[in-house]
Amino acid sequence: MRLRLVPETTNWDFFGRITLWLGISGFMLILALASFGIRGLNYGIDFAGGTTIRTESSEPVDVGAYREALAPLDLGDVTITEVFDPTFGEDRNVASLSIQAQDGQEAVSGETIAAVQAALTELSPDITFPSVESVGPTVSGELIQTAALAVMLAIGAVLIYIWLRFEWQFALGAVVALVHDVVLTLGVFSEVGIRFDLAIIAALLTIVGYSLNDTVVVFDRVRENLRRYKKRPLKEVLNLSINETLSRTFMTSFTTLLALIALYILGGDVIRGFVFAMIWGVVVGTYSSIFVASALLLKLGVKRDWSKPEAGQAQGPAGTQFKSSDS
Amino acid sequence: MLNIPLWRKVLVWLIVAAGLLLALPNLFYSRVEMSNDAEAVIASGESNDELMAAAGQWPSWLPDGLVNLGLDLRGGAHLVARVEVADVYESRMDSLWPEVRDALAAERDTIGFVTREESAPDQLVVRISEADGASRALEVVRGLARPVASISGAGQMDIAVSADGPVLTIGLTEAERVAMDDRTVRQSLEIVRRRIDEVGTREPSIQRQGDQRILIQVPGVGSAQELKDIIGTTAQLTFSAVVGTASSADENPGAGNEIVPFRDEPGRFLVIETAPVVSGEDLVDAQPTFDQNNRPAVSFRFDPTGARRFGDYTSEHVGEPFAIILDDEVISAPNINEPIRGGSGIITGNFTVESSTDLAVLLRAGALPAELTFLEERTIGPELGQDSIDAGTIACIVAFAGVMIFMVLSYGLFGLFADIALLVNVGLIFGLLSMIGATLTLPGIAGIVLTIGMAVDANVLVFERIREELKTARGPSRAISLGYEKALSAIIDANITTFITAVILFAIGSGPVRGFAITLGLGILTSVFTAIFVTRILIVTWFDRRRPKTIEV
Repeated sequence: MRLRLVPETTNWDFFGRITLWLGISGFMLILALASFGIRGLNYGIDFAGGTTIRTESSEPVDVGAYREALAPLDLGDVTITEVFDPTFGEDRNVASLSIQAQDGQEAVSGETIAAVQAALTELSPDITFPSVESVGPTVSGELIQTAALAVMLAIGAVLIYIWLRFEWQFALGAVVALVHDVVLTLGVFSEVGIRFDLAIIAALLTIVGYSLNDTVVVFDRVRENLRRYKKRPLKEVLNLSINETLSRTFMTSFTTLLALIALYILGGDVIRGFVFAMIWGVVVGTYSSIFVASALLLKLGVKRDWSKPEAGQAQGPAGTQFKSSDS
Repeated sequence: MLNIPLWRKVLVWLIVAAGLLLALPNLFYSRVEMSNDAEAVIASGESNDELMAAAGQWPSWLPDGLVNLGLDLRGGAHLVARVEVADVYESRMDSLWPEVRDALAAERDTIGFVTREESAPDQLVVRISEADGASRALEVVRGLARPVASISGAGQMDIAVSADGPVLTIGLTEAERVAMDDRTVRQSLEIVRRRIDEVGTREPSIQRQGDQRILIQVPGVGSAQELKDIIGTTAQLTFSAVVGTASSADENPGAGNEIVPFRDEPGRFLVIETAPVVSGEDLVDAQPTFDQNNRPAVSFRFDPTGARRFGDYTSEHVGEPFAIILDDEVISAPNINEPIRGGSGIITGNFTVESSTDLAVLLRAGALPAELTFLEERTIGPELGQDSIDAGTIACIVAFAGVMIFMVLSYGLFGLFADIALLVNVGLIFGLLSMIGATLTLPGIAGIVLTIGMAVDANVLVFERIREELKTARGPSRAISLGYEKALSAIIDANITTFITAVILFAIGSGPVRGFAITLGLGILTSVFTAIFVTRILIVTWFDRRRPKTIEV
């Protein structure tokens, strides 16, 4: 007996409450944007500039004492957080210090870092500094720009690709779903306050890739079914296509989540934020390929006149086709 | 319809075998690394038993490419420096002054006296005493202009001169600035590389980044500060004419001169001409050596331009001292015993063997033509890197096991085929990473884990399609073949879109983002390959042997 995540044949009506779903998505988007606008993101030094120092000692971290030790150095805004990880032993206490960018300086000077290290070493003699990273304001400003550019370029390139391979309505549906996923992820980051750094951009772009992957598989089936059932209403064809691909959607999302959750729990604290973004992205991406991309496609309508020869074959608008050379 | 031509089967298995063979060295990482290091030393001409033994740890007929570990995994220091290219404009103007002065002095009858005026650092402003001679002066100074030595600036001159009554303003042209900026950055890069090589750390990565930046990554260095100390931020080497001595730094050195202290003798000062005769950029080589009396000395050699200037100066100033200045300190001020033509000579003085070696290293490492400003610096300790590798490895194994079990539970025998493909897939990723010498970073490991999750997608698409076809098609063989055929367009479209994002990430991302893009992109290529070729061959081969009447997917 095979394990099945969804019944062998499903005939769920995904569009019965289409307004409700679009409404929920719209509401979530507004919520995310509001949070983003009000709370902003917890920018890491990659984007805000400044210095982070990771400390490790056998004595428990006393945030208050750390703060007191650093007070005479007059460093401006210093954030001290204790880092927890299930893999740490009792004698392994890790903290992360963020020092804001100093006025008029590029990277924080070696003397400042040395002073911080000296002050902390006095407090806790066996303290070590496994990583010290410092980014100047020039670089951080550019990093934000290139990161934003990367996300927009990726979305634009995908828009064009899907437009060429399918129809513009598909491209629009897919891209709106993408923007939806990215905005919701930013919202969660803003709400939870996870440190937003360069690696998170990589995660965001993966979400773009993943969400698309899902959407494209559904759309591919929609395109195929549109040719097969020329007379059926679009809503039925969409519903059928989603039901047919549902088993695959769940399988892939499940295996991906399985791998990501393993990484989240066991992969160490350094990449936890990054993995969290991807887990969230997989969940939202799966949801959006059905309830945003397809729903939008339904609202936009699709040209049904596939009066090309060889009907029934998967065929793009430009006459491109894949055919197995074995058959 | 299930026949796969033999040549294709052979080709696919050859590719798989090649990929796995390329990945193999990574299983014996430290051993292969030691062997490669030893081989590199042997190739450079040195050899002893110890090195041979180390080199022999990995058979030479096996591939020895390794996945480079990024700094976040290996530990080390990372610096991004900006070369302050504008610094060079000022020294260029300073060195132009004597030339302009001499050229105009030859025309004293029409031009009168020439004085240098205060000006912006990137300009040379001179005043002549006879305003009527301005047009002649302009002509003379324009005659000093030379064509720009670069391809983009071809046909343009290096300096632009304008006259306002008796005042002449000389500045660099835009083409010359561009060409100079490029030279300055390239020179800085070379000097940074040489200084880091002197210290002998392994595999530093020193790259130019954009117009004015240098990215320096050195594994195994304790801290970014240490690296900055090695590079030195302002070392500036010049050979300058000595005007006289001074008893303190506060004396008035006179126009065009400056006072510099001795490096090793506190309280001793020299007055030198600000415009150097030769600068460190012209020095080709410097070695510790011994003079005729067998006392430690330093030999040196200049490039042709430097040699000419050095020869001219020394022949006119025999018997006078000549100062070697590093970072505004006098390292040594030897006397000129004879004209040094041909550009090579020897510095003698009160050297010990050690101090002559130090001086040779300082001279050889050259001076940075411009100051470096550090924009970004990161230090990652080796323990943190090792922790990350360990955590990543465990996560990979767990993710692997979970996905594999789940696939077998869901698809039975076909799931097992997919699992084999998954193993091959990860092997191929490592093989490709080793082949292109890509760098594996922490997000890169995450990329591999993500690939493990997503790699099964292409197989899932096919298997689900086969399931559907089994309901309608005539017999299992037709269902398998239709399943592959119909899933293909979805597989291609879905993966190309993800691949596009990986390419964009790689193209404009930096550091960790790039590392992630590489594993993601390669993972997509290998997973499509394994899904449409490897599992297919496995399934078809199995089907041919068994010829089952019904199949269960």
